[in-house]
Amino acid sequence: MTQGITKLLVANRGEIAVRIIRAAQELGIPTVAACSEADLDSQAARMADEVHLLGPARADKSYLNVEALLGALKATGANAVHPGYGFLSENADFAEAVQAAGAIFVGPSPQTIRRMGDKAEARRTAQAAGVPVVPGSPGELFDVEAALAAAEQVGFPLLIKASAGGGGRGIRLAENPAQLREEFPRSQREAQAAFGNGAVYLERFISRARHIEVQVLGDGKHAVHLFERECSLQRRRQKIFEEAPSPALDQQQRETLCASAVRLTESLGYQGAGTLEYLYDDASGEFFFIEMNTRIQVEHPVSELITGIDLVQAMLRIAGGEPLGLRQSDIRLNGAALQMRLNAEDPARDFFPSPGLVEELSWPQGPGVRVDSHLYQGYRVPPYYDSLLAKLIVHGRDRAQALARARVAVAQTRLTGMATTLALHAELLEQPWLHDADFHTGTLETWLAARRSGGAA
Amino acid sequence: MAEHTVITPLPGTFYRKATPESANFVEVGAQVSADTVIGLIEVMKQFSELTAGTAGRLSAFLVEDGDPVEPGQVVATLDDE
Repeated sequence: MTQGITKLLVANRGEIAVRIIRAAQELGIPTVAACSEADLDSQAARMADEVHLLGPARADKSYLNVEALLGALKATGANAVHPGYGFLSENADFAEAVQAAGAIFVGPSPQTIRRMGDKAEARRTAQAAGVPVVPGSPGELFDVEAALAAAEQVGFPLLIKASAGGGGRGIRLAENPAQLREEFPRSQREAQAAFGNGAVYLERFISRARHIEVQVLGDGKHAVHLFERECSLQRRRQKIFEEAPSPALDQQQRETLCASAVRLTESLGYQGAGTLEYLYDDASGEFFFIEMNTRIQVEHPVSELITGIDLVQAMLRIAGGEPLGLRQSDIRLNGAALQMRLNAEDPARDFFPSPGLVEELSWPQGPGVRVDSHLYQGYRVPPYYDSLLAKLIVHGRDRAQALARARVAVAQTRLTGMATTLALHAELLEQPWLHDADFHTGTLETWLAARRSGGAA
Repeated sequence: MAEHTVITPLPGTFYRKATPESANFVEVGAQVSADTVIGLIEVMKQFSELTAGTAGRLSAFLVEDGDPVEPGQVVATLDDE
């Protein structure tokens, strides 16, 4: 047991830094915003009790710079680090270095991060906990002949994936043995170049799958779930519209899916917030575990809105040594929530990034409306980091009310000074297939392509 | 002998090579054509190629590999001899 968090270093930026600082402030924990030179005027820096300069704008010199972050701990006397998402949030070496420096890493143990970060090891862990996984090769593959033999069990079409991969990188599709023979060495080279590790494995490709993920919380002994999110609407494997619960599941399927996630989480002795990602095959009703993210996710607010649980505060409490204090029966699913990601990207120019100066800014208001953002009027969005500007999140007593609130919230939002994806969300919310929840992970890209060729843009 | 400038239209980070391990796209003194890639501009995790824009000899880089750039900034100079 630790003596609790006395001062928290926020090792991230943008909206999630703001989110973490707010959660800490509500718990009465002083905060330090660890910032790059480009973020000294950020909303997080304005809100935090202290600001510590990490280094130049480039992420590898600031938010990915382990030495600079350890230096920040020492200089500020903070005894805990919240890594947010991205950057070093799933870097086991960083978590280990924080602990070696005598501080608390807000997240699971370095061993757990390492174990679930290795995709092949994560599959084995899931199988051992009795959680179904996508049919795939039993382990890593090192040559084409072994891959061809494994493919007979896996079945085509299949994906070649990097063991050390993530964020959709290093994934190749093979529809038949000839393509596998061709693509396999390419995947190995790509994996080696991108992750410094050429190990790859095979996985069945489910063409019309939904992406459904379960939010979990654990204190090392017990774990609970906060139901599931559906994040099927993706462009280039980046989610843009998320909701909870999934409109595709009935009560029985929901219970089976979420129970499998709790089983896996408890088998890990998991500490903190985590997400188990699954593919859900609409046609067969089967679900398959694909990976676990051992951090807070961008889309966590929809789970907070349907359960009333503050996930970031829960992470801080657990990291500070408190027991979970929640039983599964305490967690009720209330209504439906949607999240729209507002990005500094121009849909008319193939989503080209569009950093700039925030001129006019007005957020939506009203019951069931939440905005998580780091923007303020006069803020210059720097070009060095990702394009997320804000998350518009709505909650309703049911999905229909949430959709109605989303439509009004998008219409009320005013943000000028740069191209954004706001108008795209307005258009998306008009689509009958969105209202009918008739989609899978390929739907958004198909719609965007049709929209382009139809000249609607 | 006229001097030309290569200007970035984008803000972001300038790189002279495709990956940290690669060789530079071009070296000072090299002959380039209008469509020769002289570097990359990274803006919000997307990479765009920066081409010379005109033929000539690359006479100097005014920005180092990994430096931040602003739109309209001169990245390199060329002379046409």
